[in-house]
Amino acid sequence: MLVFVLRRILQTIPVIFGVTILVFLMIHLIPGDPAQIIAGEAASDAQVQQMRDRLGLNDHLLVQYGRFLGDIMQFDLGNSIRSGNPVSAEIGSRFWVTFELAFFSTLLSIFIGIIAGVISATKRHTFLDTSIMVIALFGLSMPNFWLGLMLIQYFALPPLQWFPVSGWGSIEHMVLPVITLGTAGAAIIARMTRSSMLEVINQDYIRTARAKGVKEQIVTYKHALRNALIPVVTVVGLQFGTLLGGTVLTETVFSINGLGRLVIDSINARDFPIVQGTVLVIALLFVLVNFLVDISYRFLNKRIELD
Amino acid sequence: MEPSSNIIEVNDLRTSFFTEEAEVKAVDGVSFSVPSGKTLGIVGESGSGKSITSLSIMRLIQEPGQIVGGEINFKSDNLLDKSESEMRRIRGNEISMIFQEPMTSLNPVFTVGDQISEAYRIHQGLSKKQALQKSLEMLELVGIPSPKDRLKRYPHELSGGMRQRVMIAIALACKPELLIADEPTTALDVTIQAQILRLINNLQDELGMSVVLITHDLGVVAETCDYVAVMYAGKIVEYADVQTLFESPKHPYTVGLLSSLPRHDIDQEELQVIKGMVPSPTNMPEGCRFAPRCPFATDLCKEQLPTLDDLEDGNQVRCWVYSDKWDGDPEVNVKDDYGTATSS
Repeated sequence: MLVFVLRRILQTIPVIFGVTILVFLMIHLIPGDPAQIIAGEAASDAQVQQMRDRLGLNDHLLVQYGRFLGDIMQFDLGNSIRSGNPVSAEIGSRFWVTFELAFFSTLLSIFIGIIAGVISATKRHTFLDTSIMVIALFGLSMPNFWLGLMLIQYFALPPLQWFPVSGWGSIEHMVLPVITLGTAGAAIIARMTRSSMLEVINQDYIRTARAKGVKEQIVTYKHALRNALIPVVTVVGLQFGTLLGGTVLTETVFSINGLGRLVIDSINARDFPIVQGTVLVIALLFVLVNFLVDISYRFLNKRIELD
Repeated sequence: MEPSSNIIEVNDLRTSFFTEEAEVKAVDGVSFSVPSGKTLGIVGESGSGKSITSLSIMRLIQEPGQIVGGEINFKSDNLLDKSESEMRRIRGNEISMIFQEPMTSLNPVFTVGDQISEAYRIHQGLSKKQALQKSLEMLELVGIPSPKDRLKRYPHELSGGMRQRVMIAIALACKPELLIADEPTTALDVTIQAQILRLINNLQDELGMSVVLITHDLGVVAETCDYVAVMYAGKIVEYADVQTLFESPKHPYTVGLLSSLPRHDIDQEELQVIKGMVPSPTNMPEGCRFAPRCPFATDLCKEQLPTLDDLEDGNQVRCWVYSDKWDGDPEVNVKDDYGTATSS
């Protein structure tokens, strides 16, 4: 297991380098001159030249990249052009909002998805199964900004007004955005769990468990589900990783000050140190989540060999 | 035979699978009994209904299958009258089962120790520690080397033979009175087969249990069984003690099976085969189900299904030849004439 973890860590290193290279090149790939953008439209040629010197844009690309890497190592992602605050501080204050949103949405997807999937599988070809699968298809096909707007329409606006329309902070604030973001995931997980359970439930070892005198509920939730969840874990991990970078629409609909809105605002303002920093953080988190998924996959599925 | 001396008596068991088109009668009126402490072999080709019979005894038939009739009297209680929770207390405790596929019959995500322990925890309410201790003893009993280490292993870390030993350990954990072994050696290497069969036989003596051994291998039957039921197309065609079955088989199908065994004591040009195929359960012949393949079949055989009749020696056979109604050659001897009848 330890060897496996070490190998996985080693395998992520090239990915991380790739990410830093792409993020670094962003400055040079976007249209326009970064020095000109930072110095402002009205700046004179001399000022732009001075800015270029200050940013080190005249150095060789490799030198710049080396400096960029060195800065990252010290958690220095530069300063925001708009506010002048360090990028890490700007991201830090928004990060937890997005993390909470993604985390609770994933939790909701797992909870609803697995329960619905198991019920669907154990009651296969019944009305209940069909209903769950139709609802899941509906949840999967619904664009989440539309779902968010509908939830606001019916539960945040009069007459019900159960939840606040926008903002973040209290549990009341979380309910609608989490449902908005978690629905599609719940639907995917429900469908995955169902098909995975149906496959597992016909395995010989399930018959062995029954022949041992194990209760049907325990056969389902211990012997079958534990095996059926192995492929589901991958989906859950990817789901969470995707949500970390994919909360933009939901954050916009509910006016939540998370990373997603930070990126959008920064792109509009050409505040590229922030864009760079956020993309880097989200990409690294995605790598981390994938790493954790691999580890848990290995933990759940004893048959994966070390090769 | 005294009824009380039988551990299990199956009467007119009928199990069917319901498809959209038709009812498929996989087991169609099967009756047999297993004397206490003895081994009954159920022999037949694939699709003869022998596995379904064993799963019916365990009441483990899954949809769309269903036991539609009959009685399974185990220690004078009819298992078909039991509730699901009563059956759960019997499964793995009083009646256990081992299966054909040791490679896939163990749960891949639990350790060997967990899987044996579960039987003790369910049926004897032991603590985790006690159950593991008992599991260790069981692994020793089934002859697994370094059992203490194996307790913590996962199934994929063991060979096929070792896994089948683990399956036996699970099945025998609670010292059942009846063990149903469904082709326990079919998936194993020949050398391992003999070891596993010997193990089952030894444990049977040690624990004083009765065994129903499902197999298609007559060699296995000869080695291990006391009585044999030969099944064909969902019905028993012959029931006899093992010696009689091999020395003087009565039913043409049994004779066919025996003569299709390769022999080393006589010079054979080629292997004997039973011509034709097992009839499809959706399209059963009207009369005797073996009639289309039987070299002795007469019009009577093709029109009417014979009953399973008692013979003078207490054995049973389902064949018109042995009845008063027989309309063929009155001098026929199924065993001796089989070879000439098939070649003509």
